[in-house]
Amino acid sequence: MSPASKNHEEEEEEEEEAMAAALRGTLVTLAKGLGGARLHQLASRPLSVSASLCGAESPPARADGTFKVTMVPGDGVGPELMTAVKDVFKAADIPVEFEEFHLSEVQNMASEEKLEQVLTSMKNNRVAIKGKIHTPMEFKGELASYEMKLRRELDLFANVVHVNSLPGYNTRHNNLDLVIIREQTEGEYSSLEHESVPGVIECLKIITRVKSRRIAKFAFDYATKKGRNKVTAVHKANIMKLGDGLFLQSCAEVAELYPKIKYETIIIDNCCMQLVQNPYQFDVLVMPNLYGNIIDNLAAGLVGGAGVVPGESYSAEYVVFETGARHPFAQAVGRNIANPTAMLLSAANMLRHLNLEYHSQMVSEAVKRVIKQGKVRTRDLGGYCTTGDFVHAVVENLRHRPVQ
Amino acid sequence: MERGSVCVSGRRWSSGSKRVHVFQMVQDPTQFDVLVMPNLYGDILSDLCAGLIGGLGVTPSGNIGANGVAIFESVHGTAPDIAGMDLANPTALLLSAVMMLRHMGLHGHAARIQTACFDTIREKKVLTKDLGGSSKCSEFTAEICRRVQDLD
Repeated sequence: MSPASKNHEEEEEEEEEAMAAALRGTLVTLAKGLGGARLHQLASRPLSVSASLCGAESPPARADGTFKVTMVPGDGVGPELMTAVKDVFKAADIPVEFEEFHLSEVQNMASEEKLEQVLTSMKNNRVAIKGKIHTPMEFKGELASYEMKLRRELDLFANVVHVNSLPGYNTRHNNLDLVIIREQTEGEYSSLEHESVPGVIECLKIITRVKSRRIAKFAFDYATKKGRNKVTAVHKANIMKLGDGLFLQSCAEVAELYPKIKYETIIIDNCCMQLVQNPYQFDVLVMPNLYGNIIDNLAAGLVGGAGVVPGESYSAEYVVFETGARHPFAQAVGRNIANPTAMLLSAANMLRHLNLEYHSQMVSEAVKRVIKQGKVRTRDLGGYCTTGDFVHAVVENLRHRPVQ
Repeated sequence: MERGSVCVSGRRWSSGSKRVHVFQMVQDPTQFDVLVMPNLYGDILSDLCAGLIGGLGVTPSGNIGANGVAIFESVHGTAPDIAGMDLANPTALLLSAVMMLRHMGLHGHAARIQTACFDTIREKKVLTKDLGGSSKCSEFTAEICRRVQDLD
């Protein structure tokens, strides 16, 4: 590995270590990480936070090394969206190399070895981009889907979905800027079900103090880092008094450590109603698994659907970039109609994570410019263009196109 | 006791997952007709849809049990901050009462009251505060009564 990319790796590791340490409850380490060591580094190398504040105007000196990222196209339109990402990256000459793995439950391309290969690759590269691996409805003898297995093995506990209105595409509520943080490893998706008596199923929802505290801390840390003002915890503790009650209690405990950030709570049904009537009252939302799933999709519907919302999943060491609302969209396979916006914006977020701030802005600006112009739009946004047309338009709009 | 909705329409979404319904519901709720679901999802989805049509102040509901036992109620809370001030919007409870009349088989009466209520709202002359007007609850009710009598 060349020195340039190795430095990025080191920095990444430091960042992640700081996060991991924080999650173990050592606030001192976090403060040190953000204060002392960081300030020394600021002088020598742009950090993602400071870089995003000042913005990069010219392409950085070409590094000899490229970043390796794991890519799992998934099912449905996943492969088409990945092709879109690869095309845009190639046109923009972005120093990222993808390691592809085709893991799929419905196409019978899934097995334990395949899963192991994917996990090994993800653990090496630490950054991945993936489509949705569809979970078939039929019960094939295993309660945990491959998606859940991946999440559990890598401990991707936090799912972050960015709900931003697209300038130029009008919906009922414009200028939205929400962040939805969902605990992804426990809750209703614990895959613990049994039939104690024929015709009576018991499905266990697991809420633990450790994981609730962890996701709450993640939410508040995220809000602090991104300069947000308010974190709202979403729950149903009036009915699930012990389960969601514990979640709320953990959130409240963590909230006390962040006096600058306002903390509120809201019941899930009221939250859904408020989101459709007046979503501007929310800033950052944090919630357990199932509610997160529902609210992710609801919020995606508010700004234009599953095709436009990017998202990512974090663990203490790894991050996986994907779309916000996760649907394989099987009806669109092969018809070249899927909207690649969400995946491209997520890829831009990935570039920001890899500290390629200039390239990240280039890709996201190109996508936003195409949407704002309104001439090339895919079917879900009311246009008639194909995925290929959209990608072509994005490539045309890239700010810096290296002349070969 | 079940809340609200009754039977599932046998169309292609009947096998779809709940998640698909939520964002489609927000983008284009007209594609749905009748939805049936377990408890928690119903709680969430009924409030979501109430938000789509104007809020809890206008949403009726009924709880149907076995042997024709039923309880009809509005889905909003007690609103203690405006209690006793003649400011509340009676639409939700009124439409729930209309559901009750239908359940009892008094369809003629139900239709008249519903038409009167909808016409009053459509006219926009006498509306309570939550619907953007400045009338009192008693004035709104009087207007509906007047229309019901005219319809007879």
